[in-house]
Amino acid sequence: MKMLNWIVVALAVGLAAPAFAVQPEEMLDDPVLEERAREISQDLRCLVCRNENIDDSNSELAKDLRLLVRERLTEGDSNEETVDFIVDRFGEYVLLRPRTGGTNLVLYLAGPLMLLLALGVALSYVRTRSKAPAKTEAGLSDEEQARLDEILKK
Amino acid sequence: MIVELGHFALILAAVTAVVQAIVPLIGAQKRWPAWMAVAEPAAGLQFLFTAFSFAALTYAFVTSDFSVGLVISNSHTLKPMLYKVSGVWGNHEGSMLLWVLILTLFGACLAWFGGSLPPGIRARALAVQSAVAVAFFAFILFTSNPFERVLIPPFDGQDLNPLLQDVGLALHPPFLYLGYVGLSMAFSFAIAALIEGRVDAAWGRWVRPWTLAAWIFLTIGIALGSWWAYYELGWGGFWFWDPVENASFMPWLLAAALLHSAIVVEKRESLKSWTILLAIMAFGFSLIGTFLVRSGVITSVHAFANDPERGVFILAILAFFMGGGLTLFAARANAMEAKGVFGMVSRESALVLNNILLAVACFVVFVGTIWPLVSEMAFDRKLSVGAPFFNMAFTPFMVLLGAALPIGAMLSWKRASLRKAIKPLVPALVLALALMGLAWAIQTERTLLGPIGLFLGSWVFFGAIIDLMSRTGRGDFATRLGRLRRLPGADWGKAIAHAGLGVTMFGVAGLMAWEQEDIRVAYEGETYSLGAYEFTLLDVREEKGPNFFTTKAEIEVTKGGAPVTMLYPEKRVYPVAGMPTTEAAIDYRLFRDVYLALGDAQNDGGHTVRAYIKPFTNWIWFGCFMMALGGCFSLFDRRYRVAAGARKAPNAGVPAE
Repeated sequence: MKMLNWIVVALAVGLAAPAFAVQPEEMLDDPVLEERAREISQDLRCLVCRNENIDDSNSELAKDLRLLVRERLTEGDSNEETVDFIVDRFGEYVLLRPRTGGTNLVLYLAGPLMLLLALGVALSYVRTRSKAPAKTEAGLSDEEQARLDEILKK
Repeated sequence: MIVELGHFALILAAVTAVVQAIVPLIGAQKRWPAWMAVAEPAAGLQFLFTAFSFAALTYAFVTSDFSVGLVISNSHTLKPMLYKVSGVWGNHEGSMLLWVLILTLFGACLAWFGGSLPPGIRARALAVQSAVAVAFFAFILFTSNPFERVLIPPFDGQDLNPLLQDVGLALHPPFLYLGYVGLSMAFSFAIAALIEGRVDAAWGRWVRPWTLAAWIFLTIGIALGSWWAYYELGWGGFWFWDPVENASFMPWLLAAALLHSAIVVEKRESLKSWTILLAIMAFGFSLIGTFLVRSGVITSVHAFANDPERGVFILAILAFFMGGGLTLFAARANAMEAKGVFGMVSRESALVLNNILLAVACFVVFVGTIWPLVSEMAFDRKLSVGAPFFNMAFTPFMVLLGAALPIGAMLSWKRASLRKAIKPLVPALVLALALMGLAWAIQTERTLLGPIGLFLGSWVFFGAIIDLMSRTGRGDFATRLGRLRRLPGADWGKAIAHAGLGVTMFGVAGLMAWEQEDIRVAYEGETYSLGAYEFTLLDVREEKGPNFFTTKAEIEVTKGGAPVTMLYPEKRVYPVAGMPTTEAAIDYRLFRDVYLALGDAQNDGGHTVRAYIKPFTNWIWFGCFMMALGGCFSLFDRRYRVAAGARKAPNAGVPAE
């Protein structure tokens, strides 16, 4: 049901969002700090949108989050502290790149493990193929062989 | 009346599909020619009925027949004619009708042009194709009827989502569906071969053109969608790793893998069962994509219909065809013994590596796409998986693919020597390294992405050219150049498509690494600079379009004082749909785009303006176009026309033991 609520919210808000993103008046004067804020913003999800980061999103909530990120940064928080602060308040859902811990290991290891597995299987397959008795390419099927035998017998 | 006829034609098409799914299958099993022959006229008839039905719905849209519910919610009398037509598929019901129209079109093409196939395979493939059609006809008729009328028609409609009122997006769905649905042919051939119990070189030759055609359409469809996102969404992103984008990208990756493995089946009679599995899975991912888009289980910018009933229906279709296909595969896969023998270093092995990288990349995208769903249902852990994850997890596979491609493409069949393959590639390697060094030296940012992208892109690109030249054999340069023209289409296709991949890789890396951005409140008459360019906001005015109001800015772009162009970014409001959109103004050039988007008016008379210098952006889509073009060259290779059928291929009937 929770999902449905999100969808309804997303429909209401998301549709009216030809993303206009970070506004000039929000931006920090310090270019280094602003650059960090932009970087962090790209990894945070706009909670009411459909798969948009807060840097690209047009919604009020994204704006609030952008301001919050900048507020933490001006107060001297590191990037990690800022992200932790926001995750504590809004939950893991806000992260576009999920944390690596716990069950998410499955997500992170799926690719590498699958690659190793595939390479292993392929290696053993290629090995059998390279050692296979050189069955002639123009090989005859049983049926054809039988016919050939028949012809030869005559 | 015409609308009712359209509805009726759809029902007739569904009935025809049922007949076509059963009769030829029995006929092929019992070897009754008359029963098998039913498939051909049925396929043609099915297509004609569906086409009539589609035309009827288009008629309702074009004439703005507001007694039809679908027209009310997706059209408006003031809408330009082009978008009245594209509105037919700009919604769930209509796009499903387009889906089956294309499905039946492919079936009809097989009936019309597949005359040289053995009758058994053809009858079975047509029956399987029709079985898929039956499922989707039922889906449309029972859950998503586009022809439903309303009792009291309103005076005007609610207009189409303004984001969709765009030329790029008018063409995007048809191409995408031609690709998605085209993969059903690979599926039908795979199932037909499994029932028949034989897969041989000829099978590889029959299935490849269809897969190639589907892949070409899918490439164009994805590129169009990406280009649309670039100019329409207002900040110039080209790929968002949105679930629905992934839904189209996964079949593309698998279709690319299938294209390559089908070559091995065709030339070397190896990798048979893997190719069959790929054919089943590629269409499976098309169905998964349809499920993701239509069911609303995953929130996405594109989601059409968030209707659980429809979701369950598609899930059932998916379960039936994938379950059936994979069970049949499990039962019959052993019957397909590989014939060709090849060494560890060979073209065959290189294509195995290509398949591994593409399939695992697809798997990574798949896991990332469904992980939020799995995590929430299984572990009660609500999370998002977005672009930063995919960029990190997906990119390594493309880097590996790009690094291995030129070498793999040069290896010879059966047994190859790495040294022999690499030797002619040395110039490409040196050139790529030099370009990488150059990029590293002149770039102002200290990013690795740009130089590495340039290295990979040029390595793949020049590797493809060397590959093509190596096909011309020995002799002086002029003779070899002359021989280029006479090379078979497949050689050209391979080179062009590979070079295209290099161009796209470089475009993506170049854009992501070297983009420049400026966001500010600009005032009329103000001049400011970004990179090598200066921007002057000359004027902002209100205008009225056919079905929208717009705020249009006039901005002069100069470079060192010399005029470059005038750009007119707009911000539109569509009153009927109640939606604002940004219309970015873009100066497209070979080496960079200047991209301007207009934002909100400020109280003090200024306007928010976002300016971007986007280097090498067009290379992304140009590369996609080259890939599609390469596919076309390969598709029109004489070999497929001459040898597409059993009559011309004398040893086509070799059973797969």
